Amino acid sequence: MSTAPLLQVNDLKKHFPIHGGFFGGVTAKVYAVDGISFDIAKGETLSLVGESGCGKSTVGKALLRLFPLTDGQVILGGERIDDMPAATLRPIRRRMQVVFQDPFSSLNPRMRVRDILAEPIRNFGLAKNSADLEARLVALMDKVRLPKDAINRWPHEFSGGQRQRIGIARALAGEPDLIICDEAVSALDVSVKAQIVNLLQDLQKELGLAMLFISHDLAIVEHMTHRVAVMYLGKIVEVAPRRSLFGAPKHPYTEALLSAVPQPTPGIQRQRVILKGDVPSPINPPKGCRFHTRCPYAFDRCRVEEPPLRPIHDAMGEGHVAACHLHDLPDAENPLAGAKGAALLAVG
Amino acid sequence: MALLEVDALQTHFRTPDGINRAVDGVSFHVNAGETLAIVGESGCGKSVTAMSILRLIPEPPGKIAGAIRFNGKNLLEASDKEMRAIRGNEISMIFQEPMTSLNPVLTVGRQIGETLRLHQGLSAQAAEDRAVEMLNLVGIPEAKRRVKEYPHQLSGGMRQRVMIAIALACNPKLLIADEPTTALDVTIQAQILDLMRDLKHRVGAAIVLITHDLGVVAEVAERVVVMYAGKKVEEAPVHALFNSPRHPYTQGLLGSVPKLGSSLTGEATRLAEIPGLVPSLKQKIPGCVFASRCPHATDLCTAVAPALEEKAPGHVAACHYALREGALAA
Amino acid sequence: MSTATLPPGTLPPGVNAAVPMRDIMPPVRARGGLLGFIRRNPTIAVGGFLVFLMVFIAVFAPFLTSKDPTALAPALRTREPSAQFWFGSDMLGRDIYSRVLYGARVSLTVGFAVAICASAIGLFIGLVSGFIRVADSIIMRIMDGMMSIPSILLAIALMALTRGSVGNVVLAITIAEIPRVSRLVRGVVLSLREQPYVDAAVASGTRTPMIIIRHILPNTLAPLTVQATYICASAMITEAILSFIGAGTPPIIPSWGNIMAEGRALWQVKPYIVFFPALFLSITVLAVNLLGDGLRDALDPRMAKRL
Repeated sequence: MSTAPLLQVNDLKKHFPIHGGFFGGVTAKVYAVDGISFDIAKGETLSLVGESGCGKSTVGKALLRLFPLTDGQVILGGERIDDMPAATLRPIRRRMQVVFQDPFSSLNPRMRVRDILAEPIRNFGLAKNSADLEARLVALMDKVRLPKDAINRWPHEFSGGQRQRIGIARALAGEPDLIICDEAVSALDVSVKAQIVNLLQDLQKELGLAMLFISHDLAIVEHMTHRVAVMYLGKIVEVAPRRSLFGAPKHPYTEALLSAVPQPTPGIQRQRVILKGDVPSPINPPKGCRFHTRCPYAFDRCRVEEPPLRPIHDAMGEGHVAACHLHDLPDAENPLAGAKGAALLAVG
Repeated sequence: MALLEVDALQTHFRTPDGINRAVDGVSFHVNAGETLAIVGESGCGKSVTAMSILRLIPEPPGKIAGAIRFNGKNLLEASDKEMRAIRGNEISMIFQEPMTSLNPVLTVGRQIGETLRLHQGLSAQAAEDRAVEMLNLVGIPEAKRRVKEYPHQLSGGMRQRVMIAIALACNPKLLIADEPTTALDVTIQAQILDLMRDLKHRVGAAIVLITHDLGVVAEVAERVVVMYAGKKVEEAPVHALFNSPRHPYTQGLLGSVPKLGSSLTGEATRLAEIPGLVPSLKQKIPGCVFASRCPHATDLCTAVAPALEEKAPGHVAACHYALREGALAA
Repeated sequence: MSTATLPPGTLPPGVNAAVPMRDIMPPVRARGGLLGFIRRNPTIAVGGFLVFLMVFIAVFAPFLTSKDPTALAPALRTREPSAQFWFGSDMLGRDIYSRVLYGARVSLTVGFAVAICASAIGLFIGLVSGFIRVADSIIMRIMDGMMSIPSILLAIALMALTRGSVGNVVLAITIAEIPRVSRLVRGVVLSLREQPYVDAAVASGTRTPMIIIRHILPNTLAPLTVQATYICASAMITEAILSFIGAGTPPIIPSWGNIMAEGRALWQVKPYIVFFPALFLSITVLAVNLLGDGLRDALDPRMAKRL
């Protein structure tokens, strides 16, 4: 890419200490995010997928600097924000906003919609005067398709979907370049989910927003995204453009995820990869490749050597990277050679 | 005769600001060995229906009316003692949250054994042997060691397997599974669904699967009941429902779920929305419950509630305009 | 086609109407106004009414009795309750009825003052330790230390250091109650800090002082109000105990604890001297606790289920 990415993340790490003992010393660490790198271009949607405990939500919060990072660089629009003092960071926060999962706990129950939406506008000094503030509030309500007169109501007077719209409006209030959607549609009912997904897509087109879409719902991700990064136990195991990832998964974990999602088509024949066991604890991640304990294709090398993330040849498109030793094998022995996606998903 | 017949079930709750008609006149049946799915969004009454079958609704503030015939016996007329003998024995239930539905201070073996000792009068030793057998059945490795463990020592997927083992311990004729995989990760969900399909062949219990996930329905159900705002709006064999849904709500629901692989086939770039909100169940709705959100609604729909009509063999829908064969009238 | 106005029984041909469902329980009558409020919140209504009654008695004590509660009448010692002495008279011939009425002033003053002071100070300490990690470990160890001493003993010890006066009683009980409030507020603050709306506020550039004022403080007030009522009740009991053992309100001022202390020696022969102040104390404490329970249920329906 010729232009610099909007957001660039290099070797991001976040380890949470576990305090224990009489003096509250650190007895262990949770390796929630353990060295991940990715970037997001202007107007692009990158999805971060993975199962609970893989660290995807921690990535979102770390980017927002809601807690100090353990290590790594976060570069937003050419500026390093990971080690920036809080006061310098504050005006820059405007460029990166967030929409959370739970529509109920993401709005302060003691604030009216007006005050919730006005808070970022005032903080970032965006409104020239009170008339401008008012105009901005009205425009925000309009953007998220809520009636103007709802602005004086309290959060509890709204349904889950409407509250999520308010959360989106708050994220838009600072006129950001990037929105982090942390499971933003996961808690919603099916029909409401579609409304919010469509709204997010419309807004992205309208405002040219970049999005980091953190989700465990692969069908929604595929619908929304340009590129996908798959996380497992604090590491990114595969990054690829949408069609490449769903059409030709190059990591056994991605393959298993795709084959595990129930498809709303009865009676289809699919190739199945059912993983054994559970995700190991991020306190004590396995040596070698972190996925080897559940991988159906694991061999000796996987247990000792951690595979690096590297480009993989993919007939479906450029920019496919994965961390798996299988790709060092000749194609005939590599179960992930070729495009298996259509068979896993029983489409096309 | 069907194993379970639910006839005009009504479950209402008294609240300070009106009667909540959570379930209002729902009828369906389950045949022996069959898997019936009840789908709908939150608040449609699907879970309340499940709880009503086992009479787990607190009365008051709740009240159940209608008839629930299990093997020909109306459970709503059964005494508390008779109900206790049925619950966990002939009809058992799996809940969504595998952490909170297990007792944290009892070993897994004790919890499986308890139902056996209670209902089948097994001795402590026999119950433990059977517990090991059940854990093996649900695919928990090292069952001998695991029976002595406590729920917190197991992962989420394991706990749900234990829940299934408890539910199946007494060889029930009917298993009610209320969102059994919703709290689980997708790879674990695949394991549990696989287990449920496998057990169905081996154990032969009928299953009532309550879920909001149409993918899960398509994978395991044989027949489907679609609920909306406390009413059954459509019922059909699973293929018919997904291939030619008759009720506009079902059509909207299917249209609003993206299919995995859409980027490969280049299908739909925009999801279908169902506009608006579910109506309050505290107000009586004179017409069709879906009329306020339906793209096809007319004055007739807001005035007259449609009856369930058979639109095709075994396929019923409550809509004035859904055609008997083919698509919806314009 | 407008069928909305069609009379029943004239459906268009081919239309199949569903059998209407009847309600299976009588309709809920939604009552507004005071009566509706009482029906929905009976504990608040009863507790609130009794607290109001006690406040009324305390404020209008001079109008409810014509006798001076401190007037001695040695000739009329230890009279049984009668038309002249409604609640009887004590061993110095003072009218117990008027002493009990005036005693309400001390109890309620101490109760309310302690509730307000302890809540305010506890709120401050709780906010500080909930937000500053370094301060937290120090403050909470001090609070743990204070809580390891029974609050009544702590209050007695503090009273031993000072002269007996209502102000000092308030001070002593407040200090004894602070750890409880601080712990509560700290717990609430720590859980509120984890709320997504606080994260969202941080992400939208809100400074820490505004986070506290706008997002944390308003959401601690509900649990704090409930806690304050319990502290109020507990402070009234502690005041009575302190006075009873002679370490509290000076004997000159009639307080329920003092009256009971004076009647202690005659308890077996003249039980009414102790009975009436004890009755008023019980009713007041019960009323305040009822009010607290009712507020807890009304302010946070989810919390009511947990406790």
